[in-house]
Amino acid sequence: MADGPVQARGLRKRFGEFEAVRGIDVDVAQGEVFGFLGPNGAGKSSTMRMIACVSPRSDGTLQVLGLDPDLQGPRIRARIGVVPQQDNLDNELTVRENLEIYGRYFGLSRRHVKARAAELLEFAQLTERADDAVEPLSGGMKRRLTIARSLVNDPELLLLDEPTTGLDPQARHLLWERLYQLKRRGVTQIITTHYMDEAEQLCDRLVVMDGGLIVAEGTPAELIRRWAGREVVELRFLPERRPSVAELEPHVDRVEELPDRVLLYTSDGEAAQSAVHRAGLRPESALVRRSTLEDVFLRLTGRTLVD
Amino acid sequence: MDLVGSGRVESGGRAYAPGRVHGVLLVVEHFWRWYRRNWRATAVSSVLQPLLFLLAFGVGFGSLLAAGPDGGARAAEATGGAPYLVWLAPALLAMSAVQSAAFESTYPVLSGFKWQRIYFAMTATPVSGAQVALGHLTWVGCKMLLTGGIYVVIIALFGGVASAGILGSLLAAVLAGAAVASLITAFAATREDEGTAFNAIFRFVIVPMTLFSGTFFPVDRLPGWAQPVAWISPLWHGTELARAAALGGLAPGGWALVGVHVAYLLVLLAVGVWLAMRLFTRRLAL
Repeated sequence: MADGPVQARGLRKRFGEFEAVRGIDVDVAQGEVFGFLGPNGAGKSSTMRMIACVSPRSDGTLQVLGLDPDLQGPRIRARIGVVPQQDNLDNELTVRENLEIYGRYFGLSRRHVKARAAELLEFAQLTERADDAVEPLSGGMKRRLTIARSLVNDPELLLLDEPTTGLDPQARHLLWERLYQLKRRGVTQIITTHYMDEAEQLCDRLVVMDGGLIVAEGTPAELIRRWAGREVVELRFLPERRPSVAELEPHVDRVEELPDRVLLYTSDGEAAQSAVHRAGLRPESALVRRSTLEDVFLRLTGRTLVD
Repeated sequence: MDLVGSGRVESGGRAYAPGRVHGVLLVVEHFWRWYRRNWRATAVSSVLQPLLFLLAFGVGFGSLLAAGPDGGARAAEATGGAPYLVWLAPALLAMSAVQSAAFESTYPVLSGFKWQRIYFAMTATPVSGAQVALGHLTWVGCKMLLTGGIYVVIIALFGGVASAGILGSLLAAVLAGAAVASLITAFAATREDEGTAFNAIFRFVIVPMTLFSGTFFPVDRLPGWAQPVAWISPLWHGTELARAAALGGLAPGGWALVGVHVAYLLVLLAVGVWLAMRLFTRRLAL
């Protein structure tokens, strides 16, 4: 992993008094999809902007594609693709023009960007809207165009900052499928998200960030096994009937209390549910499910991802 | 029309970081693309409005002056003997350049940072914030030259052009406009709000400047105390230059004065460009 596309040691970003990233180590391997998972304000986007060579680091070392962003910013940016958190398309140009004009910034010839735009329109399923203005497109289409645009220079490394925030489920699944295609073509991807299902679907490896620090690291399966256990029983009680943690603890590995429900972590959900029933506890509803990264995050920080 | 020569790279298909000037020209190319699609929206303000000024003041008001009881003698004294329309035309050229420069450097700049955020898209590519600032200013300069050129043709059709010196006036107008554009662009790069400060700029800077920079009457007709105010106005310097080029016949020491006007505008331009590059870089690097 020593020669991976991104290597950071003790990376920090300060904005005046506020320290958004407080010393993190990151190693991204060639060809993998790497995720930064965490709530808003965890420092994910600041980290991404440093890797994208637009925001200078405050401290630590950083290498992107083997080069130092402080010294070789433009050369690195020529080889990466960026999907920002907020779309920044030129709304007053057409879909096709957005791709072509963006490609020109990478020193590509007019003929090349023309051909490349046609390919990318196909990839983003926007060929039929190619000559329409961007403004009236749906959120999902704009997002697809932004992703297509980020590929115009055939990047070796793709940075996606919350690629599906604000999209409906159908648009999200289409985007995930496109990102999977890119992975199969060997494009290294770094994704930030606060959706745990997205992280589980897309990421080979991820780090959980909280308050500017990395609090855990691994594959989604490793993280779940290590921090959450196999299954979860979610119980909802009427407030007056809600049992104490002490009453529930003997039946399971661990209990987590949320304002609206109680989570029981266990290797066998069905068995735990029966045990609770035998103990005479009567929840309004009970749901057995498999553990997710959301549970990992809850365990590590005591908070949920999306408040 | 291609603003940047293609075929710079043999294959043309390999991404690289364009050089300093090339990067700036690519930003200009982006705005040119925008303009080709959207020029109709700006045609009204950039051509029709100066045309109305020309009709109202040059043709309408000018004929009133010539028909006065003294046969226009006093007006002719003020204009150095030139017909009012001919005397006014180069000044209108400078005025419209400065006005369009001011407009192009306010809301469009804020939009690049805040609403459409296209400056952030540009700097995610190998292009830098300083190159975006220079590209914006170069584009504003090109656009002033383009619409100014059209304006010259219109003025000529109305008989307001006395000599080829009007082309020198056009350059003077663009220089004054560029100085104003660079300073306002730098200011716009500092704005976080919805652009409310721009109204104040138009109301308290641009409008008084267009009225009291010697466009419609010589500055020496102002009360003595008010004249130094005109001297700080970039439009006054641009107007004096534009008129000198169009009407010719420099007084003794005239060339020295031309040098002062040019130097003043170049200093403003240099300060504005320097500030714009710095402020763009800072805001885009967050």
